[in-house]
Parts: sequence; structure tokens; C-alpha cells
Amino acid sequence: MTTATHDSHPNESRPSDGAPLLTVRDLSVYFPITRGLLFDRVVGHVKAVDGVDLTIARGSTYGLVGESGCGKSTLGRAILQLVPPTSGSVRFDGVELTTLGAQPLRAMRRRMQMIFQDPMSSLDPRQNIESILTEGLSAHGIGASRAERRDIIARTLDAVGLPQWALSRYPHEFSGGQRQRIGIARALVLGPELIVADEPVSALDVSIQAQVLNLLDELQATLGLTYLVIAHDLAAVRHIADVVGVMYLGTLVEEAASDDLYAQPLHPYTRALMSAVPVPDPEVEDRRERILLAGDLPSPANPPAGCRFHTRCPWVQPTRCRDERPQLVEHRPGHRVACHFVEDIASGRLQPRQREVELVRPVADTADVAVGPDVLV
Amino acid sequence: MSVLSPGRKVEKLDRLAELAAASADGRGVSLWREAARRLRRNPSAIAGAVILGIFVLIAAIGPFFVPYGPTETIGVANGEVRPAAGIIPGPSAEHWLGYDHLGRDEFSRMVVGARQTLLVGVVATLIGMTVGCLIGGIAGAAHGLGGRWGRRVDTVLMRIVDMMLALPSLLLAISIAALLGPSLATVMIAVGAIAVPIFARLLRGSMIAQANAEYVLAATALGVRKRRIALGHILPNSLAPVLVQMTLTLATAIIEAAALSFLGLGNPDPSTPEWGKMLSDAQRYLEISPGLAIYPAIAIIITAFGFTLLGEAMREALDPKLRA
Amino acid sequence: MSLSTSDSATWVGATSAGARGANRGSRSGAPLLEVTDLSVTFTPREAPAVAAVDGVSFTVDEGEVVGLVGESGCGKSVTSLAIMGLLPRRGVQVGGRAVFAGQDLLTLGDAALRDIRGREIAMIFQDPLSSLNPVVPIGVQVAEVLVRHRKLDRAQARRESAELLERVGIPDPQRRLREYPHQLSGGMRQRALIAMAVACQPRLLIADEPTTALDVTIQAQTLDLLKDLVRSSGTALIMITHDLGVVAGMCDTVNVLYAGRVVETAERVPLFANPYHPYTVGLLGSIPRLDRARGDRLTPIPGSVRDQLPWPEGCAFAPRCDRRTDACIGRPPQLTRVVVPPRTHRCVNPVVPAPATLEEVS
Repeated sequence: MTTATHDSHPNESRPSDGAPLLTVRDLSVYFPITRGLLFDRVVGHVKAVDGVDLTIARGSTYGLVGESGCGKSTLGRAILQLVPPTSGSVRFDGVELTTLGAQPLRAMRRRMQMIFQDPMSSLDPRQNIESILTEGLSAHGIGASRAERRDIIARTLDAVGLPQWALSRYPHEFSGGQRQRIGIARALVLGPELIVADEPVSALDVSIQAQVLNLLDELQATLGLTYLVIAHDLAAVRHIADVVGVMYLGTLVEEAASDDLYAQPLHPYTRALMSAVPVPDPEVEDRRERILLAGDLPSPANPPAGCRFHTRCPWVQPTRCRDERPQLVEHRPGHRVACHFVEDIASGRLQPRQREVELVRPVADTADVAVGPDVLV
Repeated sequence: MSVLSPGRKVEKLDRLAELAAASADGRGVSLWREAARRLRRNPSAIAGAVILGIFVLIAAIGPFFVPYGPTETIGVANGEVRPAAGIIPGPSAEHWLGYDHLGRDEFSRMVVGARQTLLVGVVATLIGMTVGCLIGGIAGAAHGLGGRWGRRVDTVLMRIVDMMLALPSLLLAISIAALLGPSLATVMIAVGAIAVPIFARLLRGSMIAQANAEYVLAATALGVRKRRIALGHILPNSLAPVLVQMTLTLATAIIEAAALSFLGLGNPDPSTPEWGKMLSDAQRYLEISPGLAIYPAIAIIITAFGFTLLGEAMREALDPKLRA
Repeated sequence: MSLSTSDSATWVGATSAGARGANRGSRSGAPLLEVTDLSVTFTPREAPAVAAVDGVSFTVDEGEVVGLVGESGCGKSVTSLAIMGLLPRRGVQVGGRAVFAGQDLLTLGDAALRDIRGREIAMIFQDPLSSLNPVVPIGVQVAEVLVRHRKLDRAQARRESAELLERVGIPDPQRRLREYPHQLSGGMRQRALIAMAVACQPRLLIADEPTTALDVTIQAQTLDLLKDLVRSSGTALIMITHDLGVVAGMCDTVNVLYAGRVVETAERVPLFANPYHPYTVGLLGSIPRLDRARGDRLTPIPGSVRDQLPWPEGCAFAPRCDRRTDACIGRPPQLTRVVVPPRTHRCVNPVVPAPATLEEVS
């Protein structure tokens, strides 16, 4: 399919010169922890996202990686204002989203869409595919006539590789990979400019993941889409992202062009993360240098002071690491790292060493503690 | 990166794979249809439906075929029934279930009574379900979609419902009777009122659970209006437990209505037969003619049983875990 | 390398690749576990029978690490449950043989199986939270295994439990004994499960997707732990997973399953260097890799697992295979055995490399 999904595609009228489509500044999302029988007292905050700066250029793909609890999903939702940010700014094509009223925000959603991780739970099981795809069009008044809407839907189905007879079917009649395509079609049918993909392939079988990744690739090329791909699978992200950001406990610890990051990871956490990813090649597996981290991820309700990674960092130093939070600074062109000792570690002057294991309690350990995200509608 | 005409390439590979797969024609099978299919195969459902079918049939057309009118006091007129002397004839060739204490044909009264009893049960349940679902639906939608203010609305509504629950149902019924005077409507309203909190909490809980589902978030992300999300997404997916509860409430409503009639809160007019009232009237004559109490009691039990069977079968059929 | 708390801490260095061969020297002639033609058919009410496992055969030698690899629906988990006798009795038909140390496990009664489970063969499952009893403290659960199989008294069992927890790298084990599963993180829970599994020093350990639910860095720790435990105690390990990267790092022999049958078996280096079966080739080609250049296109396998022919009608993989020939449909392909190097594949049109490469591998 070489033409856009429908006539008035916004991307065709804008210059794709790599100007930033999305700018995030100092974004934080704190969830209150409440405790109490009758009246909820706020006893603390889960700092899911704690001051993130990033920029995504139009037409590019930004990959956000990290393990569970690092806040990447929350960041993705906060950017789309599906979770209200506690502070910070999100500018989409020049428009500040955090202060937008309910109605303008709703209208803006046409231009920024989301693909979810679990295609089964993100599709209403009682809606057939035609209804799923039409809903977005009706919500925004796209398509002057029924025939026009049907045309848009038909072309979208084509674009994601679903057959036309899928329209009368229900989600549970499809396989996982097909359901994910339906999710993609639902996002595409509005003609968005930005798509936030939250773990788009992790719920799929290995051999299907490649299908969907390729599809996303091709759609970007033909439609000029901008992606924010959130994933924990480093290898998959490497494959499709132009710029990759690594998150740990709510902050970005490293950000670089995809090739640069994988060629020379500078942050200790990134290095540990990459060395932990299994590679389907016995010789590589035997030879590789493993950096094993001790213990668990600290609780986001009680993050370590100073550098958040200092409790597990193999290169931790007695100065600065425990009390001073490192800023994300550009150490190489286009390569930002949040660490106090980047050059020393990279040059090998500082050597890694063993750490003691610190046990961490999961967040919801104590009784009658409620952590509830507010969904902003 | 990639080449043009991706859609075609992708389509071709998928088509190739679809060789051994499902049919390309035919309509989709919605979850309701699947549930209906499961229901049809369930023996409990069939049994329940048969029982209920029989009763509904009796209620609908029975009265046209009864041998005697339900209010004709034949037995007294021809002297066969003398309750004061302790004589109430039981089943015989002309009167299959015998006479009642006023000389009326018990069998005819039972058949005609079916209509009244079922009516009471159905109307009471409808009252309870409508009011309860209205309250619960608003509370649930407000909580799930309304943000801070929505949650406050929900709290207020639920406290009202809690107060209704705190009142003993009997007390509630008697109060309503005191207000409205004993009548059929009173019984219906009273039984309905007892059911309101049940439906309210049920629907509210179900809707809150669905409001947290990811497809609701997806609809929000799509830009769908809140009202459409509530009515088009959350509500349909929250109905299953309500439907099951409806059948179970029908069963208990009939029994509760009978109890209230038994206590004298129902229709004081003795002419229209109703099983609960018949049970109530029969208590004075238990020694002379126990059948007068047994027949309505068994009829009530079997009807309630039919609803319960159907309700349990519906619960199984609508169970989301059994989805493909 | 001895196991103590400090080993669970960070360390940097090459994994002991050379030590891999050391354990295999202890192999005697007869395999520890020999599974022949295992089949498991589910017969639900009001639905057609499903052959989840349809003639799976593989062997496990003493101290060997064998991988069962495949995607969802290939039957790998059901295979392990069948071997352990953990499938329900009603609605399930199990056929074939699973001979463990001379006994056919599939013919044993409940009592005999209970004796073997935990003591001779142990199993680790994917989700540690649902495998542990949430209302019983960890210490009690570990001790239970010891009391049951090694007949220790409670005080001894407590002491050993603490030692076991320490061995698997759980810090402050004395305190942990009294805690409940939900008070530990996912990685620690999995370690506790591993502790329970190795408590009686079983001869065979079956790990069913033990790290799938864990984060990557925790996964690396856990796999490392498993590797060390297995190597130091000479326990054989069946590793069930869908992750070929995990297999490449851990297994000696790999069996690839598809639609309930083994379609390829080989030692790990030859398998990854020269896969024969088109499914294996497709799988390897479709995985994004950390060490490959970004420009490399992924070549996915078209269609999905649902698009399969029943085995009696031909090759189950045929609808998705780009090397399909007429011979593939009509009769099911048989296993072809290659002697040097020792490997098998179930395909009539495999991707066979030129003879020159074959020589290198052998």
C-alpha cells in the first residue's frame, strides 16, 4: 500500500526535517501511597517517573528500555496524558499537553495514539472488528459518509495485513499476532502522527514478534509515523529504534543513537543490562563477559539517595555516588549519560567489584496500603 | 530501511498461511452467541427452562381451561364443604385437588394463582433490578470515570445503599405496607426494594472492575467520549453478573412475596388467588386438609428451583474464563 | 567454585565455559531418562480431542543439560507434566514410555510417584508466586521437602533449610525462613523454589520456563545459579523454554518441538551453526539479536501456530514452510538420523549444508 490511509493525512503537509515532534521536560509522576481505615492519609509516594527529559524527532523511533519498575510504561502513559503527570511539561508539536482542557485534549488524541501490550485485554471482547475500527472515526468525526469511513477502514486493514472478512469477527476468534494487528489498525485508522507502543510484541510468540516488528517498520516508512517504543527486550528495541533511552527507577540513565549505545554503553546499568541479554549463539554466550547485578531492584517508593543505581553499581565510588544525583549530560555527541564517573569507567581506570546483596521488599508488602493511579479521562 | 508496497507483501504471506485455517465466510461469533450455545447444551439450563416454560404456559393459558371459576364457592353451596365441622374434601374425580376452605376448586385456584404469583415475582424483580442498576450503574460509572468528584458521588450513593441493606428486610416490607396499605402492589414494591441494594452493589462492583480494564484505557486513548465509554464499553461487559442475579432474584422474589402475603401484607381481596396467600389461608386448616398448604408450597418451591437452575447455568455460560 | 553469599553478589568475568565439558565425563552408558513416543491427548467434554503431545522422544544423560525449545502450543510443558505424572487422570490419555533409572514413570502408581517426586526428580515452574503456598512461611515449605524425603526431624530440617537458602544466594536466610512468599521479590522467590527443588539432591531437575517471568538482569542471576548448582552436583537438567538465547547459554543438547513432536535434535553448537529443519531456521532468522547489525531484516515465519496440518496428514509445519514440496503433504515426515555429528531432524527437505561444513562440525 503506497498511499496514506486516508486523504487528509497530516504528515503530508508537514516538513519531515527531523524537527522535534515531542519534547518532554522534567516529567514526574508520583503515585500517593495511602493508608488508613476511614480517612486515607498519604504516607508516601511511589516515584514512578522522577524527572525525565527527552525529545523525539519527527519521523524517528525512540526506544525506551528498562526492567519492570523502572517507570517506562508510566512514562508512556503520562506523555499521552492517560495518567496525570505530577509535574513537568509535555509539548507535542508545540502544544503543551499538561495544561490542555478536557475537550481540546480529546481532540488532540487523534494525532497521538497508543498500542498496548496485551492485545486480548486491550480490545473490548464484545465489539467486533468493524465496530472497534469505526469507534475512533466516530469519536473524531472523521469521514463524511459511511462509504468514506468504510473505505478508510478497508485500507487500514490492508495496511496491517488483515483480511477483509475480519470485520465481522470478534477478537477472541483471532490469534495473538492478529489481535495485535487489530490494535495497530485501531491506532492507525485515525491517521496519527505519533504512536506510543507499550511493549508491542512481548505478549506474542517469538516467530510472530518479527512479523509485527516488520509491520511497524513498514508502516513508519510509508506513513511517516513517529514512534515511542517501550520494551524490555533490548534486542528488539535495537532493531527498530533510532535513539534508545535506558530507564532505571524512574529516571533516564543513558540515551544515545541506537548503534552508539550498543557499540559502547557508558552507564554501568546499561552495561549490566546488555551483558545479561541472552544471545542465540553458543560461542558468543560462552565467551561473553557477564556483569551480574546483586539483589533486586530497589522499591520505587523508597529510591536510594543520590544516584539511584549506587546500591547495585559495580563501580560505585565513596564520593558523590551516595549523595549527589547525577544529571543526564552529553559525554559524546548525541550520547547522554547520567553518571559521575563516565570517563573513568570507560577508560578502565575504575574497575568493577563485588557488591553485597540488599534485600528489597515489594511495594505492596504492608497491609491496607493503597497505591492507586488516577486515570485521567 | 524498507521497500514500498508493504501491505501487499504482508498480505500475501498471511494469505498463504491461511490455507489450512478457518473459513473466510460467515459471520463472527460474538460472546453472547457463544454463551447461548453453551447454555443450550447445559442440562441444568434445559431442565430449568422446561420447568419455567411449563409454569409460564400454565400461567398464560391455564385460566382459560380450568373446569371451575376460582371464586365459585361451589362446595359450600352444595354442602360438601363444612369447615366448621372439619370437613374439607380432598382430591376426587370432579375436583382434582379437592376443595379449599371456602368451597372453591383448589385445582382451578392453583392454575389461576400461577399467573398472579409469577406476575408478582417478575414485577418485583424488575423494580429491584431497574432501581438497583440505576443507582449502581451511576455509582460505578462515576467512580471509574469521574475522577475525584466521581468517587465522592459513588461514596454517597453507596452509603445510601448500605443504609437500605442495614434495614432488616421484613421491617422494610412492613413499613412499606404501613405506608401503602396491604395490596399486591405493596408486596411487589417491598420485595423489589429488598432487591435494590443487591443489584446496586453488584453492578457497581462489576463496572468498577471493568473501568480498570485495559480496553477502557484504550478507548480513552482513542479519544472516545466518557459517556460512550460508560454505556458502550463498561456497561455491556458488566451485565453478566446482573443477568445471573436476575434469575436468582426471581426465585427468591416469589418466595419472599409468598412470605409477605402469608403475613397478611398482600392483597386482602380473597378472590384473586395467589399461591402465597393460599399458603397463608391454609394454615388454619392444616389438620383438616394439609394439602391446601402443601400444593402451593410445592408449586412455589418448584418454580424457584427452575429459576435457580437457569441462573446457575447462566452463570456458567457467561463465565469469561471459558472464553476461547 | 563454591557457593556462598558472596557468589550472589556482583562479579565480572567470563562464565566458566570450559567447565561445561567437565560434567559430561561422568556419563555412563545408559541414559538417566529415556522418553519414547510420549503422547498426551486431552479429551474434553463436548469438544474434539486435542493431541498436545504427539510422539515425543528424547534422552537425558547423567549430568546433561537438555533443552526442550518451542513456542506456545508445541507441547513442551505438557511433556514435562506427563513425565512427572502431574496431569489430571480424567480427560487425559498418556501413551508411550518415560524410563527413569530403569522404571517407566508412566506406569507407576501415585504412591511410587510421590516418592520419586522431590527426591529423584524435582521441578521448577514458571510463576514462583503461584507455585508457593502464600499462607505458609518459606522456611516451612522448604523444610517440608526435607522432612518428607530425607526424614529429618524439624530442628535439623530448619538448619538445613537455612543452609539451602544461603546456598541459592538469599541473604540473611535465618530471617527469610519466617517470611511469606509475598514478602520476597520475584527473583528471590524463584531462588527459594530452586532451593526446594535441590533440597534432596535430585538426579534430574526439570525447569519449566523458570525465568520467563523475571527481568533480564534477574534472569541472568537465576540462570547462573542454576548452572552452578547443576554442574557442582551432577544433576541433570531439562530446560524448557521458548528463548533460544537461554538455550544457547545453558544446554548441551537441544530438542526443538513443533505441534507436539520433536522436529530437530542436535547438540547446541551444531544446532545454532547449522540448523537443518526449516522451522529452526525460521526461528533463528526471526529473532532480533543484540549482536547483529541494525540493518539486517528480520525474516519472520509467516502465519501462526494455528495454521498447522494434523501430523497424520503430513508435516504440521507445511502451511508455513517456504521449502514445502509435494512430499510434505500426505504422509507425516519421519525422523532422519545423522550419525556424525549425532543429530536428528524430521523433514524431507531440510536445509542441509554442503558436505564441507558437515565435516567441520563433526
